[in-house]
Amino acid sequence: MPSFRKRKETRQGQNVTPEESSGSLTGDGEPHDESAARLSWLRGIAARLARVRWNSWAFVAPALLLMGLFLVYPAVASLVRSFFGRGRELFGTTTQYVGLKNWAYVFTNSTMLMAMRNSALWVGIFSVSTVGLGTLLAVLLDRVKYERIVKSIIFIPTAISAVGISIIWKFVFAYRAPGINQIGLLNAIVVHFGGQPIGWLIERPWINNICLIVVGVWMWTGFCMVIISAAYKNIPRPLLEAARIDGAGEWKVFRHVTLPLLAPTAAVVGTTMIVQVLKMFEIVYVLTNGNYSTEVIANRMYKEAFNLGDYGRASTIAIVLLILILPFMVLNIRRFIANEGGRA
Amino acid sequence: MKLRRTAARIPLHVTLLFFGALWFVPTLGLLLTSFRDSADIAQSGWWTVLPKLFSGGQYSLENYIGVLSQHGLFTSFMNSLKLSVPATAISTTVASLAAYGFAWMRFRGRRYMFMMLVALMVIPLQLTLIPVLGIYSKLGLAGTFPGVWLAHTAYGLPLTTYLMHNYMSGIPKDLFDSAAIDGAGSFTVFLRIVLPISVPALASVFIFQFLWIWNDLLVALVYMGANPKVAPLTVTLSNMVTNMGQDWELLTAGAFVSMLLPLVVFFGLQRYFVRGILAGSLKG
Repeated sequence: MPSFRKRKETRQGQNVTPEESSGSLTGDGEPHDESAARLSWLRGIAARLARVRWNSWAFVAPALLLMGLFLVYPAVASLVRSFFGRGRELFGTTTQYVGLKNWAYVFTNSTMLMAMRNSALWVGIFSVSTVGLGTLLAVLLDRVKYERIVKSIIFIPTAISAVGISIIWKFVFAYRAPGINQIGLLNAIVVHFGGQPIGWLIERPWINNICLIVVGVWMWTGFCMVIISAAYKNIPRPLLEAARIDGAGEWKVFRHVTLPLLAPTAAVVGTTMIVQVLKMFEIVYVLTNGNYSTEVIANRMYKEAFNLGDYGRASTIAIVLLILILPFMVLNIRRFIANEGGRA
Repeated sequence: MKLRRTAARIPLHVTLLFFGALWFVPTLGLLLTSFRDSADIAQSGWWTVLPKLFSGGQYSLENYIGVLSQHGLFTSFMNSLKLSVPATAISTTVASLAAYGFAWMRFRGRRYMFMMLVALMVIPLQLTLIPVLGIYSKLGLAGTFPGVWLAHTAYGLPLTTYLMHNYMSGIPKDLFDSAAIDGAGSFTVFLRIVLPISVPALASVFIFQFLWIWNDLLVALVYMGANPKVAPLTVTLSNMVTNMGQDWELLTAGAFVSMLLPLVVFFGLQRYFVRGILAGSLKG
């Protein structure tokens, strides 16, 4: 707790040493009455500082300092950077102010447009699939005795790295020329049924993009399932029973009772998924690195910055990313704060 | 009647079996392949071992010995530990201090600042990489462990502080009052009362952060650079995919090495893990 102690010292220093400051003031050769006025002014400040709750500040100071340095400053710096050209140093000799050039690039360059199209594809398919599958599994698994075991299996990907998951799936997608034994599961199945092996990660633009999204869905469905399942188990059973006794079939119960009650949770999970998927970088980076028309916004940002060395463009792409996730995060955070108020 | 009910449930079981298999089989394939000989892997699919699953002679630890020693995965494993453990410890400490401050201290702008902290969740990691790297190269923190520790701490703070705050603000006020009568200072109260009561929340946040940091690729890639001496598992593995994309014996064993610790945490501490996830998103 270094900041804790430091603050204490400042406080004592301000309180105990008025003589010292008066001495230094007379030393400057100032008239006496003015120095007395200054002294009382200093005393006023000292008193105010003493009233500040250093104690309380000491607890939150490390967090605030880190957030300022690693989140607030970089956000502002990136915004400024988006108006400057390539080069590493912001105010270096090679880095020039370029106005809206980066912004024009982001919205007109063909690779960037492709990245945005793919990210839109990800958002659409990924968020609907993860939330949809998660809901389906949560509701169905509630009816069987082996719920826990299947839940665990589907939930495991939440704990392991996207890099590991990408390797698992790279192996499932493995391609070998026709005639040679297929060692990838998917192509083995295709060949077994008399088809030609498919380059799952190469066939552009639909097959490979869909395959990448499948990996993402595989990774995140367990997360959605667990949260939605918790909400489902909170629905009072008599409510469902009453609907069944009234003669509603299982589908009707699901559609008219369960679904409306799960909707708020599903909405939160859905917005969380949209934010996740827009920021997602690893799967594309490891499996295709954005080649064969699979580029997405987050991977493009990395490439522009650290492969191509254009910090200006990369910062612009990062700002675009922020703008895209902002509405969804605001929705989520407003719920945070609403909850906060409700509890207090 | 009973038979008909059972028959009616068959589609349910088939559906669930299908999804169970969809999540289980790819991982099983990776695991079995990682123990097979490289010549066998190239010759036949991993599923060919299934009929003779438990007969010996077809498995060996050779791939693991290979990746750990020759391909530097042991070093990377240790690097991942050196990176994740301190980073998690620092971030949990800073977050609990801040959460306590925001929940129980009275000072000006407290509510406003707490809201700002929560609002900072909107900032995507990507936005911070270039400016922070700029600071790091000036301070000589690029490519060092402390640099990554601090970055991970800061990135995790909005969520971890929020979670800890939620928990700590639920502690009964009476506990603090009696401590204050006993003359305990706020730091003592924090250490003696708040922390012990918050152990369940601490455990959830710790596990959540640890797995996040252990599994992270982007932050490590940017701040650790291409230095293999400090590269954690995720960075080394992703390089292996680029350079040895068809050496399945190495990739599968390597991938499993990287999953080992998360799997242990997952199965050993699932309760806390699930609780952390629920707290982080149900309320969020």
